Amino acid sequence: MSLNVEWQRRDYSRVPYWLYHDTDLYNHEQKLIFRGTTWSYLCLEAEIPETGDFKTTWVGDTPILVNRNKDGKIHAVVNRCAHRGAAVCRHAQGNTKVHTCIYHRWSYDLTGNLIGIPFQRGIQGLGGMDDDFDKADHGLRKLRVACFKGVIFGSFSENSENIEDYLGPMMQGHITRLFHKPIKVLGYQRQRIHGNWKFYLENLRDTYHASLLHEFLVTFGLDRATQKGGVEMDKRHRHNLTYAHASSDSDLDAKEAYGGNKINSDKLKLLDPSLLEFHQEYADDRNLAISTMFPNASFQQLNNSLATRQIQPKGVDAFDLIWTYFGYTDDDIDMTNHRLRQLNLFGPGGLVSMEDAEAIEIAHKASSSEERDSTTVIEVGGKGEISDRDYRVNDVPIRGFWSYYAELMGIEPEGAFR
Amino acid sequence: MIETEKRFAIEDLFSAYASCLDSDRLEEWLDLFVEKCVYKIVPKQNLTLGLPVTLMLCENKNMLRDRIASLRQANEYSIHTDRHLISNVCIKTESDANTFMVEANYALFQTDNEGNGCLYSFGTYVDEVLFDENIPKFLCKTVIVDNWSIPHMLSTPI
Repeated sequence: MSLNVEWQRRDYSRVPYWLYHDTDLYNHEQKLIFRGTTWSYLCLEAEIPETGDFKTTWVGDTPILVNRNKDGKIHAVVNRCAHRGAAVCRHAQGNTKVHTCIYHRWSYDLTGNLIGIPFQRGIQGLGGMDDDFDKADHGLRKLRVACFKGVIFGSFSENSENIEDYLGPMMQGHITRLFHKPIKVLGYQRQRIHGNWKFYLENLRDTYHASLLHEFLVTFGLDRATQKGGVEMDKRHRHNLTYAHASSDSDLDAKEAYGGNKINSDKLKLLDPSLLEFHQEYADDRNLAISTMFPNASFQQLNNSLATRQIQPKGVDAFDLIWTYFGYTDDDIDMTNHRLRQLNLFGPGGLVSMEDAEAIEIAHKASSSEERDSTTVIEVGGKGEISDRDYRVNDVPIRGFWSYYAELMGIEPEGAFR
Repeated sequence: MIETEKRFAIEDLFSAYASCLDSDRLEEWLDLFVEKCVYKIVPKQNLTLGLPVTLMLCENKNMLRDRIASLRQANEYSIHTDRHLISNVCIKTESDANTFMVEANYALFQTDNEGNGCLYSFGTYVDEVLFDENIPKFLCKTVIVDNWSIPHMLSTPI
């Protein structure tokens, strides 16, 4: 199939709904995006600190096994036996010297090389494989791996940029800020959202929905569009950072901007405000900084809640969202408890995040029957040029997402904005 | 051996718990907890891995009240009704004659606004029940979710 997308605007301010619902397009995304020249988030080094530690994950809908080898180096391979296609490792995480497929016991070392085949020579000369079978030709498919500040990335392509260039100064800066000292993983949350993965990638790039959809934020003054903040993107506009500065607006500013109808802070106060305490722990006073990396991850700080989010597409109609929470190894018990308390705000049941799943599911459900010329409208913060904004009411990074998506998929309109 | 009356009272507490959640009487549900209560929902995998992250963590009744106030006044969530089935209630006496460790299994079915239902969540309650003037209430309630990849989202308590 050759892809043919009729963009109504070359600045991606109109996106056809069928792009969220088409199975052929989904298969192309797997090949051209997830198994293409991008880098994907795999996991954190802190999750596999010891030799032999492993973790299984997904890049797009390809199963991945990440290992720490004897020399400390990290290897990522496709978790699919070279023999008959079974998942070699069936565990979420653990420690091992060797990975053996249960089906016919083919075994692989921690770099993915095939090291053992039962009955290769048959039994008493009967059965077995021909002499020209070479184990070296039948290892697990290897990904390129790069670690940046303790975050592990993988790429299927030999032609992708190096990780520093792929991230660019903005993403590098944000990851460096969050991972400026050793971390410890506090645990996981996971949810399955019944909508196309791209709806979520857009959600993460749409700064201004937060203070409208997530009423908790506004009601309790945690994050409002009237705060000082904005969006930054990398040079190619494929990643983005949304940020806000703590206590940079007043209830009065907010009431004016929201027309009074969303600001209930006069009558609504938390009985236990400890949930919202903010202990400044970086050089800046940002209480919110959430970056999103194309194509599958987000790195978040809201107050003292720190997490990565990983997006795993599960067909055109669903994706899994995995939240990995962390603190720093030098956190004292009070700080750890504070972070654990604050994760009430995030995850599948987060006071400021539960709505995202609902918004995505109702958008997915309601748009599936649309004609090919029916589109979304993306022009808050203006049309045309795709660039950073030093104000919060905009969804410009969504257009950045689509511009890079279209480039990778080979479906850019003539004279496309990038 | 636990007194029969107390056993019935604990079973009634679980019935009231299910009934309040299933008929959206969340404010009444709060009355089933003591003031110094702890309520948490824990993904089973974290428990297995020895990691402390929860899905919901209320360390006192005010945090629980805040959660309900937020659901009522701020949050937007999937329109649904709940149906809890609670069984295998196992009561163990504590050293203190008024405090009991109680474990039970739960299954929570959810129905959407078009009448379609699913088995939304299942797992175990590991609870501490305190008798205050012969009325049992939850001192600590831990919901351990077996199917810890949450379908859709988590809004109303389990």
